[in-house]
Amino acid sequence: MPPFVHPSESTGTLSSRPEHSSESPLSIHAMTVAYQRKPVLWDVDYDAPPNKLIAIVGPNGAGKSTLIKASLGLIPRASGQVEFWGGSYKQSRARVGYVPQRESVDWDFPVSALDVVAMGRYRRIGWCRPVSRKHKDIALACLDHVGMRDLAHRQISQLSGGQQQRVFLARALAQEADLYFMDEPFAGVDAATERSIIKVLRELKENGKTVIVVHHDLQTVPTYFDEAILLNMRIVASGPVPEVFTEDNLQKTYGGRLTLLSEASEAVARASRGER
Amino acid sequence: MIAFDIGLDLFPLLAATLASMGCAVLGNFLVLRKLSLMGDAISHSVLPGLVIAFLVTSSRNPIGMMIGAGIAGVLTVLLVELIKKLGRVESGAAMGVVFSVLFALGVLLIESEAVRHIDLDADCVLHGQLETLAWYGAPDTIPDLFSSSTLRAIPRQVLTLLIMAALALGFIGVFFKELRISAFDPELSTTQGYNASFLHIALMVLVAGVTVASFEAVGSILVIAMLICPAASARMLTDKLSTQVILSIIISILTAVLGYIGASVLPGLFGRDAVNAAGSISVMSGVLLTIAIIGSPSRGLIIKTLRNRALETQIAREDLLAFLYRAHEQGEQYVPVNRVLRAMQGHTRVLPKLIKSDLLESRDDTVSLSELGRTKARDVIRRHRLWEHYLVDEAGLSPDHVHEPAETLEHIRLDPPDFSGEDPHGKTIP
Repeated sequence: MPPFVHPSESTGTLSSRPEHSSESPLSIHAMTVAYQRKPVLWDVDYDAPPNKLIAIVGPNGAGKSTLIKASLGLIPRASGQVEFWGGSYKQSRARVGYVPQRESVDWDFPVSALDVVAMGRYRRIGWCRPVSRKHKDIALACLDHVGMRDLAHRQISQLSGGQQQRVFLARALAQEADLYFMDEPFAGVDAATERSIIKVLRELKENGKTVIVVHHDLQTVPTYFDEAILLNMRIVASGPVPEVFTEDNLQKTYGGRLTLLSEASEAVARASRGER
Repeated sequence: MIAFDIGLDLFPLLAATLASMGCAVLGNFLVLRKLSLMGDAISHSVLPGLVIAFLVTSSRNPIGMMIGAGIAGVLTVLLVELIKKLGRVESGAAMGVVFSVLFALGVLLIESEAVRHIDLDADCVLHGQLETLAWYGAPDTIPDLFSSSTLRAIPRQVLTLLIMAALALGFIGVFFKELRISAFDPELSTTQGYNASFLHIALMVLVAGVTVASFEAVGSILVIAMLICPAASARMLTDKLSTQVILSIIISILTAVLGYIGASVLPGLFGRDAVNAAGSISVMSGVLLTIAIIGSPSRGLIIKTLRNRALETQIAREDLLAFLYRAHEQGEQYVPVNRVLRAMQGHTRVLPKLIKSDLLESRDDTVSLSELGRTKARDVIRRHRLWEHYLVDEAGLSPDHVHEPAETLEHIRLDPPDFSGEDPHGKTIP
């Protein structure tokens, strides 16, 4: 007798189901994440379109960072499946880059900006091998790209907040990934850094990459991003910004915080008039 | 003066140095991960391991005891991780819970009937037994050491320490890059394919091994000092991790040798008996750390004080020059010295220095800017008024709020933009 196989387990990958596509850099199916038995993300379904800049927005505690971390397997999922280009995360790890929140590391750590950027190359370098000249040069070029070449040998504690964020961005570039997750790269940065980040994001898009960014400033979403995920424990809406950034959706996501809403809908109105 | 005695000093010194090196090299990563208490935790919680090993083998067979202690050490590490995860407490609390409970368990076991007759000496636990490593029948001269009988005479403790130190150095050397990324950014490390939890457990198992090996020879106090002090001292001296690791090894050797000399030679000079070497080495590690904190050329207290002093002097000089420039603008060419001194608010010593360096000219009881002084003063005033202009016109502050911030900002030496005109108070920007 053949071993009993439950029908849902026999279907194989997510991409074999009609609603998911192997074109999609990220497919999330029925993902639930809980901290201490309290759900933080509830039954999330999402398919990221390729080659787009995608914003994740939502109020504090909506599970924005959790969505990224659970997708990457950094925190356990209670249930659900996540696929990258129709395969497992393990298969496509090299194609996925991650920029954590700036506060997540100790900036007093005895490493230079270049050392940190070179960490983006470690996957390619492999176990137990030193960082070679070639990889250092690539790391330097990435620092150059964000306007930080002159500060390459500074210890990271001597950099300003914006410069630290740019180091993280350069490190993501050094990963040469096809899909990037960035957790609040715009938080607390100066205007020069914000411009530098947005320039890099657009270049990444031109080169065919997909970038998923946790973003706080609703006003800039229409100008900076193609797509948005409105998140509050579950996905309220997702899709092209002009379609999903409606007052109704924002109201559902943010509840009664009206000042935010009017600012955002104003921004949407401006964007739809073509004032990008 | 007591000379180096091969029989008495060679093996204890070797044991102390090896323990010190092994602890120091791993200590770098404990300090960086803010897990300094780990050595403390392990060295206490090995006690039940020792007692249970004794109960099982019913002898004081050192190999059995080592295995018992080793298991207890690794168990401590795993328990700490488990409690951190399940109890959702920070690592300090988790370590505190684990080592106090295990240590208490050890004490209870000792008190129990079965092992009451064994003599577990509290002194040995605290200070170790370096002095018992003396080599009876040792050759008198150093050339005689190079023979096969020397190898046979090496005590087991020294061999164990040698193996553990070599393992620790090898581990850090081979996995340096991996340990660095997993300590700095565990999440990136994991997404890059270097599982941070795995590296962490591997590091902790080694810490347990080195701690247990060192604990037997040098006692628990010294283990804690050795894990933390050399790494912390090295951290004061450099901002580069690889340099820090190398420096910590050098400092650990210095600590052991100087501490040992301090225990055996120094008391002799004052006609007293040698003191406990482990204690002396611990003190030495503290002394070296203090020296590093005070004297570090990049971030020590001395250099910080000097830098602050220099900055204060620069600010006082520039304020004085600006004060005279403003007086000249009002048409007052020569300003009475006591009015200048009043305006200086305590920083009076810069006045004679400025006269000496020809920035000021003094006549009777008055001073005036020299040609050179005027150029310098002009730069300060220019920066001040440019900042005021900027703060009002660009940053939107009201004119009566900008003098104070400009007083601070004027001392930052940057190339001011080309701009001429008036500041918000109607004064010309020179």
